[in-house]
Amino acid sequence: MQPNEPLRLSLSNITKRYPGVVANRAVSLSVKPGEAHAVLGENGAGKSTLMKIIYGAVKPDEGDIQYNGQAVQIRNPQQARALGISMVFQHFSLFDTLSVAENVWLGLDHSLSLAQVSARITAKAAEYGLDIDPSRPVHTLSVGEMQRVEIIRALLTEPKLLILDEPTSVLTPQAVDKLFVVLKKLVSQGCSLLYISHKLHEIRELCSACTVLRGGEVTGVCDPREESNASLSRMMIGAEPPALKHQDRTPGAVLFEARHLSLNKEDQFGVNLADINLQVCAGEVVGIAGVSGNGQRELLYALSGEDTRALADSVLIDGHAVGQVGPQERRQAGLHFVPEERLGRGAVPSLSLAHNLLLTRSEAISSGGWIDNQALQTQAQKIIQKFNVKTNGAQAPAQSLSGGNLQKFLVGREIDAKPKVLLVSQPTWGVDVGAAAQIRSELLALRDAGCAVLVVSEELDELFEISDRLYVMANGQISPSIQRKDATVAQIGEWMSGLWSAHA
Amino acid sequence: MLKLELRSEASELWRYSSPLLALLITVALGIGLFVLLGKDPVRGLQMFFWEPLKSSYALGELMVKATPLLIIALGLAVCFRSNVWNIGAEGQFVIGAVAAGGVALLADKETGRWILVAVVLAGVAGGMFWAAITAWLKDKFHANEILVSLMLVYVAEMVLGYLVYGPWKDPAGYNFPQTKSFEAVTQIPRLMSGSRVSVGLILALVGVAAVWIFLFRTRSGFAQQVGGLAPSAARYAGFSSRKALWLALLTSGGAAGLAGALEVAGPIGQLTPYIPSGYGFAAIIVAYVGRLHPVGIVFSAVLMSMFYIGGELAQSRMGLPKSITGVFQGLLLFSLLACDTLVAYRLRWQSGRA
Repeated sequence: MQPNEPLRLSLSNITKRYPGVVANRAVSLSVKPGEAHAVLGENGAGKSTLMKIIYGAVKPDEGDIQYNGQAVQIRNPQQARALGISMVFQHFSLFDTLSVAENVWLGLDHSLSLAQVSARITAKAAEYGLDIDPSRPVHTLSVGEMQRVEIIRALLTEPKLLILDEPTSVLTPQAVDKLFVVLKKLVSQGCSLLYISHKLHEIRELCSACTVLRGGEVTGVCDPREESNASLSRMMIGAEPPALKHQDRTPGAVLFEARHLSLNKEDQFGVNLADINLQVCAGEVVGIAGVSGNGQRELLYALSGEDTRALADSVLIDGHAVGQVGPQERRQAGLHFVPEERLGRGAVPSLSLAHNLLLTRSEAISSGGWIDNQALQTQAQKIIQKFNVKTNGAQAPAQSLSGGNLQKFLVGREIDAKPKVLLVSQPTWGVDVGAAAQIRSELLALRDAGCAVLVVSEELDELFEISDRLYVMANGQISPSIQRKDATVAQIGEWMSGLWSAHA
Repeated sequence: MLKLELRSEASELWRYSSPLLALLITVALGIGLFVLLGKDPVRGLQMFFWEPLKSSYALGELMVKATPLLIIALGLAVCFRSNVWNIGAEGQFVIGAVAAGGVALLADKETGRWILVAVVLAGVAGGMFWAAITAWLKDKFHANEILVSLMLVYVAEMVLGYLVYGPWKDPAGYNFPQTKSFEAVTQIPRLMSGSRVSVGLILALVGVAAVWIFLFRTRSGFAQQVGGLAPSAARYAGFSSRKALWLALLTSGGAAGLAGALEVAGPIGQLTPYIPSGYGFAAIIVAYVGRLHPVGIVFSAVLMSMFYIGGELAQSRMGLPKSITGVFQGLLLFSLLACDTLVAYRLRWQSGRA
């Protein structure tokens, strides 16, 4: 970069207000040409809003944007693309039934024929070492391949600034490495990157500059390669997360077991479960790793009792065959479950916290089926206090709570039932760091009290932090288990692609 | 420029004020309508909002019409809160009336008072049976309950027509399509002399309390509503969606059938092709204007009853067509749907800059 070359992008004092919340407050950000710039922050820190402003999808209330040294007003994504700004979203926007080339073609201006588009895709893919066949239908692609399509689509517009929103959250560690090769090549060619993430090690590997957001405000600008995890965390959350204490322990008897569990998918976008075998012992946290969409959802339906099509003796709670009974009976047998979707599944959004207790708890219900409202309020109040849930009270509707606080309440609701077995899916997904740390330590406390805990998560870091033993799920199958202390990220990553038979 | 802005939380105030605003808009539009038709708007409004209230006899008539609306709407409230869309209460009302009429026709001079209980129960059973067809088709074949229940309204009317033009026609009735008048012993008892208000009103008010208790104080009522608010949460909790479907349709069908029985064994006293009076459809509006809440439905049933009576008075005294009743009902529903926007959104003035 020449010293007098203008900044690729410069934001000054960007403010965006939504009813009841300021998403960005006087945010300034500078990206040099050919710089990989990280935007680091917790969920809800305002990263996504800021990126949407740059991409023209959201209009800021105040502030100026300069692009290549010139003041611009980006009114819509088309204009952003015309300026050379491209974005790869966290959630893909691809049509399953169309081919790769057709999907890409849809997003371009239609001056090119489909054949020309195919040729350009192949050329671009070869240039960056992205292996993709333009004629394949999208529904046959893996998640990593779909992301490649999104990236190629972005690259075909010859961007000068590429925005990536948490691109690695759906990838195996090996696929992340491949992605980084592509991104580094782009940077070396002079393209600037804005890389949104909360994963510190990725940022440190890829980026040479970093802007940290907290609560909509910039709390630090730094070179991530010169910062420690602790100092970055301090900027991101204002404190360092407390370290969890881990001790070796001998687990007790098997409390929960899936035996040769096979199940055909319920709908055409599902995954067939094939011969799932897993065991969870008393006083043990078992993690299931894997990229989502590999059967985790179907497995949890079958384990929790929401799907009762399995053979009776393919799911066992403390030795009792429960494969064909519903969630209420399984709860009576001692199995509780915290689902991944908090609003709409774990809780009814419009109902109060107290009423949401009735989904899984029946202490406030008399034998005749009458609801004792007084007892219900007291019960909810106790959980709110015990698990430090920030809310206006037991009467507050579930949808009024932040993700982290609602998750604390839901985890609290199930832990408070003193379960023998607890299933938890994505326990800290979309949860702020403070709440995540609290939830993890609650899970460990439950384990220490002798409960069998099964955690399904996409976050490998989290599983390594809390699990005693790990399974990996891929293509509706489950790997043999491995003790956490014997496992490495590389090995688990390989297993996430379904390649465990070599080791077993 | 006026702009709609999403509220961060649904407004409780507007949830309850929106029906009142809708009523005001309906009245305003009504005034415009009267003016356009060249009628005196003050007199027109009098027909709807004063005449039905001005004497104890008028109030009694108001209750006579409000009773079936209230009973049907209570059943529909349970149904709609469960996310089951029974649009065919009219058909269940008709079959309830047919079943009750069939039992009433069995009575003769010697029959005891017990027949009354049989008449009412037959009405409930008839309505339940008709709704059960919808429930069964939905349960078994995932047939859309909106279409099935609506289509069954026309089938029910055909069944009624077949019976009164055919096997049940009164032989001494000069070939009019109607059954013989029911024996006095089958007559639903009236509450007082000088008014046509029957014990049906008491049943309706007991129904209000029962539905309130069911919805807000029992576990099954809670389970029923979770299925409507968040089906995945109901599945997660282990509340059966099939049970909710059957309970919703049987409750609303039974309620509509009860209303049908109370009508034929009450004010009408025989089966005629004119049993379908639109109560089953009007009750949908009643249920929504009453916010699917049993107490709210009491008020909206009275309001809708005023529209019925006002429409009749406007016809006889002002020479307006009877369809004015339907126009008012429709205006109210549309205004309500529009006003409900304010529950989730707020209006804001913004400067002209787009």
